[in-house]
Amino acid sequence: MILGLTRSWSLAGYAIAVILILPLFALLVQATFPDEAVFSHLIDTVLPTYISNSLLLMLQVCLGSLVIAVPAAWLVARCDFPARRYFQWALLLPLAMPAYIVAYVYTDMLDYAGPVQRMLRQVFGWTSPQDYYFPDIRTLTGAAIMLSLVLFPYIYLLARTAFMEQSSSLLHASRIMGCSPWQSFWRLGLPMARPALAVGMALVAMETAADFATVSYFAVPTLTTAVYDTWLGYGSLSAAAKLSAIMLLVIFAMVGFERFARRKQELFQKQSRLTESDRYHLKGVKAWVSFSYCSLLIVLAFLLPFMVLAGYAIDYFDESWNSRFWQYSFNSLYIAAVVSFICVVLALLMMFIRRVSPRKSDILPSRLSSTGYAIPGTVLAIGVLVPLTYLDFAINDVYDYFDARGPGLLFTGSVFALIFAFCVRFVAISIGSIENSYKRISPSLDMASITMGQKPRQLLWRVHLPLLRKGIFAGALLVFIESMKELPAALLLRPIGFENLATHVFQFVSDEQLEHGALAAIVIVIVGLIPLIYLNRSLEQES
Amino acid sequence: MSTLTIQNVKSDYQGQVILKGLNLTLEQGEIVALLGPSGCGKTTLLRAIAGLQAISEGSIAINGQSLSADGVFVPSENRGIGMIFQDYALFPHLTVSDNILFGVKDLTAKERSERLEDMLQLVKLEGLGKRYPHELSGGQQQRVSIARALAYQPELLLLDEPFSNIDSQVRSEMMLEIRQILKQRNVSAVFVTHSKDEAFVFADKLALFKEGGIVQHGLAEELYAEPIERYVAEFLGEGNYLTVTVKSPTQVSSVLGLIESTKTLNLALNSQGELLLRPQQIDLQPASQGHGEIVERRFLGTICHYWVKVGLQTLEVRSQLTALKLGQKVNLSISAHPLVIF
Repeated sequence: MILGLTRSWSLAGYAIAVILILPLFALLVQATFPDEAVFSHLIDTVLPTYISNSLLLMLQVCLGSLVIAVPAAWLVARCDFPARRYFQWALLLPLAMPAYIVAYVYTDMLDYAGPVQRMLRQVFGWTSPQDYYFPDIRTLTGAAIMLSLVLFPYIYLLARTAFMEQSSSLLHASRIMGCSPWQSFWRLGLPMARPALAVGMALVAMETAADFATVSYFAVPTLTTAVYDTWLGYGSLSAAAKLSAIMLLVIFAMVGFERFARRKQELFQKQSRLTESDRYHLKGVKAWVSFSYCSLLIVLAFLLPFMVLAGYAIDYFDESWNSRFWQYSFNSLYIAAVVSFICVVLALLMMFIRRVSPRKSDILPSRLSSTGYAIPGTVLAIGVLVPLTYLDFAINDVYDYFDARGPGLLFTGSVFALIFAFCVRFVAISIGSIENSYKRISPSLDMASITMGQKPRQLLWRVHLPLLRKGIFAGALLVFIESMKELPAALLLRPIGFENLATHVFQFVSDEQLEHGALAAIVIVIVGLIPLIYLNRSLEQES
Repeated sequence: MSTLTIQNVKSDYQGQVILKGLNLTLEQGEIVALLGPSGCGKTTLLRAIAGLQAISEGSIAINGQSLSADGVFVPSENRGIGMIFQDYALFPHLTVSDNILFGVKDLTAKERSERLEDMLQLVKLEGLGKRYPHELSGGQQQRVSIARALAYQPELLLLDEPFSNIDSQVRSEMMLEIRQILKQRNVSAVFVTHSKDEAFVFADKLALFKEGGIVQHGLAEELYAEPIERYVAEFLGEGNYLTVTVKSPTQVSSVLGLIESTKTLNLALNSQGELLLRPQQIDLQPASQGHGEIVERRFLGTICHYWVKVGLQTLEVRSQLTALKLGQKVNLSISAHPLVIF
């Protein structure tokens, strides 16, 4: 803490925060504006369906992920069976797969014309769809299954940690009192992991609510697609803002639930860790079943779609490997690099102020700025459009007033809007990363530095910056990757004619021609694997 | 002129009073220990001196220059104070040399390297300048932090529990070594500790804290021999309390008979009080008809600690007679000394 820290530091922090939460604020204000009856029309017609679809989808994905993830987490945390150590991290691989790509691959495979139904027809001699029943994958439940396949690792990760941190003495006590492994799972493990599971489910629900591409591809209308359509279809910013406000209500309920569950979680997790000998050593059929279950998950959620993509990419390599691919890759990289640089600088400033400021309220800027992460890309895009459109119009009005030719859409018509939206959404990641690194720097280093005559800015430059190096790098990398993957905000905010890898891939998905975009899709998946290396390292340290 | 002058310093944090009107002065070259149990405000005072903690009233001045007072607040970085931290606070990304020179300003390259050599020599770390803090032992890290704090020649050195992370086997050696360094450079220092043993070894004077105030301030021997209240007496060592009646300005009567004082007592005749007797101030003589009986003993090497029952009271006694057995009858006597009566 620096007692004499000048107010200008605090002001800088607040200025950053105000800019970063401006979209959220603008969205809520815009939602109160009249909208030429678009919204009331929506209420009368499709809105109830949208809302029920959204809620139903969230519920199904939560349950689906739970059912998939909990057994895997229990096996990996509490049992020992062949290849367990590999499954520990391999079960995270699906996180790197965008759900819409998985959805595309399975649709392709399970369609009437796909290999599975073709084979069935061949084997059983059926000739038309009337001869047999085959479930339609392009439904709400189909979308829920696809989303569960890629989102279950959230629950897996939290449940695994919860199972591992359950005190070994409790486990021993239950065994001494005659509990079988099954009983100790149902009576002890599962109930104690409940808060962690709740946190995981809240995250999964938030990701589901934010999903645009999968439901759009499956033509399942939800609130997210409604926001998109209302803006692009009706061109009504106010109606889109109203829909967004409904979304935000759902999202913030989830955030609140997540916070609540996290607090509970701390109660249940104690220090004494499991040791190797506490695991159930599975043999024979049990070991085989466990192995198969985990393998199947990884194959279905990652390996199979990845192989299909790789197959497409190889077959269509010559067509895809062209200057457009390079252009789109460059666009993705360029946007991601700019966004990660801005995010890191802003996060560093806010966290520095929070650390050294003697004013308690200076904790607010970093807190407020972190809310952006919870806002779905579609909603955020509308939020960004509101103030920027206003600004663009205002600028052009000024030019008009002087009878000059206006500069056109300075902000909404350029990558500025895109970069701004990405910064709002991802600054929370860099804040989190830098915050973690700061926790490891002893406060006495700050005191030593200032008693030795260093000014705040020298403290930041000579002491904090070198010590935060790793956190800054990790934060920048994660923001970079998220920026490469983010789709809905990019779709809504890109300038006309601008494509990056994600929008390029999605274009081909919508056109049922992923073959041509497979190379770009592979790049996105591989980039998404990078953070898993970090996660894996921290998992290794745990065990 | 005093190096450090603290007048009526008050501080509160979230409505809770931490310091309630402290006064303290420090002469050039003096080492004072702020001693007290945890939570008594001694670290708060240290931080207030460094400018790391705000004070609500009073003033702090170094060499006559006001640092904290009404309307005056000199920021930490302009106070010219050296500080040693409990965890040493060495910068892990800098070498020993860079750590030591971190606060050194306005010197030519040649002067800087001379200063570095001087400091390394002072703390006996010659040749280790290129190492990183994590490559040093705890004691060596401690010495780097001393060198770093002295390198820019601060007006005053503050030490915040600097020895609590040092192994107890080498602690007193370390303390003497650092005390020597400070004395050699005539550095004025304020030292925070909760251990009376550390304060005795390291400091010239003690300031004993109690609930945000200084109870007594002076030489260690003074505080030990003439505590002004029971809290001071008990904090600085074990003691027995014997109910006595004042019989003359230099005499009191007790269950052990008449006890002589070599100092005139400022108490009314026939008034009663509690006489402080340190365990080593009581002499034991084995006697079959003695009025005391040994009920418990603990052998400590050159001496033995006894619990002696006299009437209804049990007194603790330290004696060089180490062979007395349980149940042994003894006579207790007290030689004349300046009596402390509460």
